[in-house]
Amino acid sequence: MPTVDLTINGREITVEAGATILQAARLAGFQIPTLCYLSGLSPTGACRVCVVEVEGARTLVPSCAFPVADGMIVRTHTARVRAARTAIVQLLLANHPQECLTCVRNGDCELQTLTRELNIREIPFQGERRLAPVDSSSPAIERDPEKCILCGRCVRVCQEIQNVGAISFTKRGFQSEVAPAYDRQLDITSCVNCGQCIIQCPTGALREHSSVRRVWEWLQDPNMHVVAQTAPAVRVGIGEMFGAAPGGIYTGQLVTALSNIGFDRVFDTNFAADLTIVEEATELVRRVKNNEPLPMITSCSPGWIKYCEHYYPDLIPHLSTCRSPHEMLGALIKSYYAEQYGIFPGNIAVVSIMPCTAKKFETERPELETNGFPSVDAVLTVREVARMIKTAGIDFLNLPPRDFDNPLGTSTGAADIFASTGGVMEAALRTAAFYLTGKELANVDFRDVRGLRGIKEARIKIGDMEVNVAVASGLANAKVLMDQIRKGESPYTFIEIMGCPGGCINGGGMPQGSNVETVRARMRAIYTIDQTKVYRRSHQNPAIRKLYEEYLGEPGSERAHHLLHTTYMARERS
Amino acid sequence: MISTTEFASIARLDNGHKNREVDLAAVDEILDSYRPLAPHALIPILQDVQEHYGFLPEAALDRIGRALDISTTRIFGVATFYNQFRLHPLGKHVIRICRGTACHVKGSAALLDTLEMELNIKAGSTTKDGLFSIETVACIGACSIAPVAMVGDKFHGRLTVKDIPRLVKSLKREDAKGAAEKAVA
Repeated sequence: MPTVDLTINGREITVEAGATILQAARLAGFQIPTLCYLSGLSPTGACRVCVVEVEGARTLVPSCAFPVADGMIVRTHTARVRAARTAIVQLLLANHPQECLTCVRNGDCELQTLTRELNIREIPFQGERRLAPVDSSSPAIERDPEKCILCGRCVRVCQEIQNVGAISFTKRGFQSEVAPAYDRQLDITSCVNCGQCIIQCPTGALREHSSVRRVWEWLQDPNMHVVAQTAPAVRVGIGEMFGAAPGGIYTGQLVTALSNIGFDRVFDTNFAADLTIVEEATELVRRVKNNEPLPMITSCSPGWIKYCEHYYPDLIPHLSTCRSPHEMLGALIKSYYAEQYGIFPGNIAVVSIMPCTAKKFETERPELETNGFPSVDAVLTVREVARMIKTAGIDFLNLPPRDFDNPLGTSTGAADIFASTGGVMEAALRTAAFYLTGKELANVDFRDVRGLRGIKEARIKIGDMEVNVAVASGLANAKVLMDQIRKGESPYTFIEIMGCPGGCINGGGMPQGSNVETVRARMRAIYTIDQTKVYRRSHQNPAIRKLYEEYLGEPGSERAHHLLHTTYMARERS
Repeated sequence: MISTTEFASIARLDNGHKNREVDLAAVDEILDSYRPLAPHALIPILQDVQEHYGFLPEAALDRIGRALDISTTRIFGVATFYNQFRLHPLGKHVIRICRGTACHVKGSAALLDTLEMELNIKAGSTTKDGLFSIETVACIGACSIAPVAMVGDKFHGRLTVKDIPRLVKSLKREDAKGAAEKAVA
């Protein structure tokens, strides 16, 4: 690998040729502020906050897009650089609503942080403000264009990582706006609600469509039986909202906090993840035996599902008919649990706590109703539930841990790994192997499908059968596998697709400000939980066995189909 | 499992409301002339489509997006970035007010204001009856007779604000006369 020697702030360093000044500076331990920079995606050099002084250069250069050269002498914080950065941020603030105190990002806004770090005490520029209404049309994502600083991170993640392009830069100059075509409302575009744009947004311009107020109302209503359920990824993300290091496991604290807030029951979506595996593995075996469409593709990720409905409606028969786990659990709460405890389903509010914004849209799908009632009544992101816990004055990190409530609170390690890309595949293989051979696997670790690579492939030996499987996360990666199927060239029997890159641990409802290291820490935590569970195969979950004995009958039974499976619809793309 | 009726709905959506207003055969022909299609052909394709329709119809953007595998939103971004593209058809009479330096010094801002009030539209838009569009031009290159307006391909020089209502009236009269002759014939 050819290298380059340069000097940054008087220190001589050697980096790989082709690196940018920003990358070199970060390696040398110098922090250069950025706004529009997005690691791994095309640099645009749009915001100019990362400018530095390069000796011999006529102007300041944007370090995020400027490659290093031999003998280059760089200074990152000279008076000239500081003055330029200050002016840039002051100009952004001149066209920014001054409502930080009541903004959803108050306290964790990148623009606010930058203003503080640059010690800006006044906004000397005054001019016209660009006015635009908030778009709350989508049940998942809210757009507030006035708070947008046009950094374009959302645009790049939507186009380059997710291959959707629901939003783009439109118009020009002062009129520029990140918006859907024809200023359409977001809910009629092919936005898949993944929320990756929210994760990238440095300000409050993109945020979840909040359900916090509605949930508080239910909690205060004595006639309502309010039930919480939490997804696998939530327990390894929520600690960050309270200042804990990424990768901490806070399952027990989360249950206690929800109970203290006033939820009548706290169930575990993991229980339904085990149930998903039992139903999905049964479906896979049936498809293989009956020559039904293969490869079968997982259906846990509602962002992925909506993408498939828009872009690959012809391949819908490849989607597993299994509902996503929280919808399965919602259906069981409104039927099995309601019957067992004699509660009218209309008086139950099921609140899903999810690393996901797409699930907010999913719960509004009429095909997911249970006996006329929505299976899930509201979805809260990790961020929203953390705000509620703070409002309730709870010292989250120091709470005594508690177990989930039963009968829907027990799970195996196979359920935990749903949170990470490759996890559903691994969990399904653990059970499918048993269904196909009648023997339990000696080793349940499928390391080939783990890790953060966008597309992973494996050839798995189950008894005397060999199957090819693939795992994709991020929708541009999903597109690669889907185009193969469309051409009739897919070599796979079973495919797992997660809408968000890395899976739910990097979901659109997780804490913002994450990077690859954060996501890796969350992933390690997930596999740690799996390792420590008594049971690691979904079909061994004693509570699941009891549920089938008492209520559902066999996996794939008529009642199971009624409550746990769904249908899909073709949607127009735009 | 998807049913056949659901598949039928794809076809219906494909020929949905947006496409009924415009015959997209020309768009398909233009796309064919650029095969093998690649995203970098977007701007020449948009130019050809505008050449044919006089503007960029919404349904055409959808069709081009699908063919090039670019989202409609991204194409809309390109179409609204460049001044050369229009998203609405132009009126029968296009009045271009020159806003170049010489014309500005000679009072073209007042001309534009008067015309906007006279037609009750802003520069860049078209009257509801489809008769008039107002556009501004950076410089027409006729500075010697500033301030200048162009109606179609005709120059009108040394204009004053008083000329504007007269100009509009004469264009309306011309139309009425044309319509009457047509009726007689």
